Amino acid sequence: MAKLNINGKLRDVQVESDTPLLWVIREQVGLTGTKYGCGVAQCGACSVHINGEVRRSCSIPVGSIKAGDRIVTIEGLSANSSHPVQKAWAALDVPQCGYCQSGQIMAAAALLNKNPNPSDKDIDEAMTNICRCGTYQRIRAGVHMAAVAAAAKDGRIGAPADRKSKA
Amino acid sequence: MKKTISRTESVEKVTKLTKMSKSTNLSRRKFIVGSAAAAGGGLALGFQLPFVIKSAAAQSTGKAYAEVNAWVLIRPDETCAIRIARSEMGQGTLTGLAQLVAEELECDWKHVTTEMPTPGQSLARKRVWGEMGTGGSRGIRTSEDYVRRGGAAARIMLLQAAADGWKVPVGELTVSDGVITHAASKRTTTYGKVAAAAAKLPAPDPKSITLKDPKSWKIAGKPMKRLDTAEKLNGDLVYAIDVKVPGMMCAAIKDCPVFGGKLVSFDEAKVAGRPGVRRVVKVNDTTVAVVADTWWHAKTALDALPIVWDEGANASRSSAMIADQLKEGLTAQSAYAYRKEGDALKAIEGAAKKVEAVYSTPFLAHATMEPMNCTVKFSTDKAEVWVPTQNGEAALAALSEESGLPLEKCEVYKHTLGGGFGRRGGAQDYVRQATAIAKQLPGVPIKLIWSREEDMTHDFYRPISQCRLAAGVDDSGKLVALHVRISGQSINAFLNSPAAKDGNDDRQLQGYYEKPGDAQLGYSVPNLLIEYAMRNTHVPVGPWRGVNTNQNAVYMECFMDEVAHAAGTDPLEFRRALMQNHPKHLAVLNAVADKAGWGKPLPAGVHRGIAQFMGYGSYSAAVAEVSVSDQGKLKVHRIVLALNCGHAVNPDQIAAQVEGSVAYGLTATLYGECTVDKGRIVEQNFNTYEIMRLAEMPKVETVIVPSYDFWGGVGEPTICVVAPSVLNAIYAATGKPARSLPLKNAKLV
Repeated sequence: MAKLNINGKLRDVQVESDTPLLWVIREQVGLTGTKYGCGVAQCGACSVHINGEVRRSCSIPVGSIKAGDRIVTIEGLSANSSHPVQKAWAALDVPQCGYCQSGQIMAAAALLNKNPNPSDKDIDEAMTNICRCGTYQRIRAGVHMAAVAAAAKDGRIGAPADRKSKA
Repeated sequence: MKKTISRTESVEKVTKLTKMSKSTNLSRRKFIVGSAAAAGGGLALGFQLPFVIKSAAAQSTGKAYAEVNAWVLIRPDETCAIRIARSEMGQGTLTGLAQLVAEELECDWKHVTTEMPTPGQSLARKRVWGEMGTGGSRGIRTSEDYVRRGGAAARIMLLQAAADGWKVPVGELTVSDGVITHAASKRTTTYGKVAAAAAKLPAPDPKSITLKDPKSWKIAGKPMKRLDTAEKLNGDLVYAIDVKVPGMMCAAIKDCPVFGGKLVSFDEAKVAGRPGVRRVVKVNDTTVAVVADTWWHAKTALDALPIVWDEGANASRSSAMIADQLKEGLTAQSAYAYRKEGDALKAIEGAAKKVEAVYSTPFLAHATMEPMNCTVKFSTDKAEVWVPTQNGEAALAALSEESGLPLEKCEVYKHTLGGGFGRRGGAQDYVRQATAIAKQLPGVPIKLIWSREEDMTHDFYRPISQCRLAAGVDDSGKLVALHVRISGQSINAFLNSPAAKDGNDDRQLQGYYEKPGDAQLGYSVPNLLIEYAMRNTHVPVGPWRGVNTNQNAVYMECFMDEVAHAAGTDPLEFRRALMQNHPKHLAVLNAVADKAGWGKPLPAGVHRGIAQFMGYGSYSAAVAEVSVSDQGKLKVHRIVLALNCGHAVNPDQIAAQVEGSVAYGLTATLYGECTVDKGRIVEQNFNTYEIMRLAEMPKVETVIVPSYDFWGGVGEPTICVVAPSVLNAIYAATGKPARSLPLKNAKLV
């Protein structure tokens, strides 16, 4: 039994403590925007935020989640896809198949949370998720676009208003 | 986007369907649905060109949508739903096909949405939507004609309905953005208002329709935004792996690690008491699965399950043995002489200068981001699957064969694929497996998901090959003779053996064809010998984005640079001299050279490489800029890639495909390699099968030079020039040709 705060809602889940958080999110909680890609923290398709930090949920046992930890999945990133990263992704048509993009968006949002104006080098270091369709060029452009848009809105990135759960 | 059409339709027997199509006057051909290799056959179905067969207009009456014809449905609120038969796996075909229909329809693009008919619905309506298979970069180029006619026919019917209503000659009407105008009487109406009446009118003769000149296109040919982006930004899009069916259980699967081995036994009792475990089932002769309440429970129980395999004779096979087998083929007495013009061997022997090189490329996995999966609901009178498939009809055939139910009792719900790249085409192995599991638990829907490890070790791999090339150059530096001998595995021998009879397999020489139109070699060489020595292995192979153009472009284009070097000629000028009889190839080469600034100064340490090739009816060329450090570290700075695909339906999505080709092609160049040890694939996950990340992505510039006199592919012809342009730039930087992929194994300096 675990109590999880996901997208601002408290959820009781009945599951063995060594179950990866990814599979708890997908199979117990039923939020399927977070994807399985490798199971060994290589690809980042399972990226979520835990207390604002991007984490690869396939390799985090649910038992290691502490009471009070705030988990945010793609479904809870913003209301109406209004996060600057989501808007930039839409403006640039970043996704191709889209399967990795939940993870890419969560990684980009976490990067901008910490570093509102990342350089190309910062993006290289932070954006290590795999995309097989090869959307990397647009991801880079999208992070820059989101940074500019967020700056124009005076630091809205990561503000609680953006974290309203719709899930 | 709606996934399926909600209307229930009468289902007809396939036999009847075949007879009916035979009786039509429309041109038709036979085709085979299903996996010939996996099933030892398939289902032969009649095929008729999907012109605007009279729609089920009567059924539409009184419903929100009026089905004007098979391609176009219009609602009173002006929403225009365009039917898309091809699969969407990221390549943008869904948006491109909608643009083509909308262009002829003259509807308002803002009101366009899409629907995907199911394979069952298609069969029930005499395959009115044509081929569903989505591979070979054919999605747009082989359906453009009939989808545009579908849009045009709907427009004609909508205008006629308005004319009938006003009792004026239809020739006096004009239409723009779905608004119909009768100028003389200053009246207007809309598609939404006349659609129900239009749906009752007879369809025009498709032959009477004149399609628009692309020069006048307003929707097609423009960089429209994709229609399917929004749901990929917030977790809303339901991929097949996300499907939830009431009462569903999950399955994890393990196939014998050695290809050709067998399942002997497993000890179900050892895992029966684990949480959530329902059953352990033998899936087929080589495969076992655990069914549990969740996939995680199934997967962990499978990991704990004691399994005995009979690994068989292949368990001794290794990469080194396969390399030796291929090497023998390079010089073997006998080989398939595919092109023999002049006397290449003699001319090389007598040439002023001789150049020789041996190249090699490895097995590659597709590694789609979404692992193989399939959800099946099976009962004794109905079987349904939810599946990521590039070929919905092959999935339907696989489901029917495996379930034992006739086609009309089977249905396939196609989901957006989390990547395809050729892995999810004809074989549909995961559909067969999931169905075999579900049959053992009737009434319990089963979601089968492969682990990444299963995905990497049971792919249909890009075939391995080696190539020996020899050239003769005369005193003036002209290439007078070329001998190419490829030794390697044949895809046809594995999937479609008649096409590889006696090793005479043209497909393995893709890109070297003499005939124009598909994958023609762009060079004229007076003495030319192109040979193939088929050397098959026990590893399953299949099409992998770009198929054999990838390897063959590396061989031909890298060797061209070596010969140019020996001749003392600039690689671009060397190629131009050989391409005078191939103006389309040459135009694309010139376009890329111009955009890349070939010959202009570069920053210190940066070097250029160039390559051109043809595949899937399109011409492509690339210039790469790289630097190689003193320690041999490679950095790819920029790739300019030019393409003539005939008609460019969505330039922004073509650019996206080019960017994707660069990433997929560079991963193969730098890292991609599946090795064999003890008969099995060694690399099991992304930690050993490395994928290029964002940090290594070069700046990509796309140059589209459509000539509008043919229709070519996009997704595949853009990848084959990536590796050779980079390899040639490395050669320019180091003076040392890199002849073996991937580069992770090479010392560049």
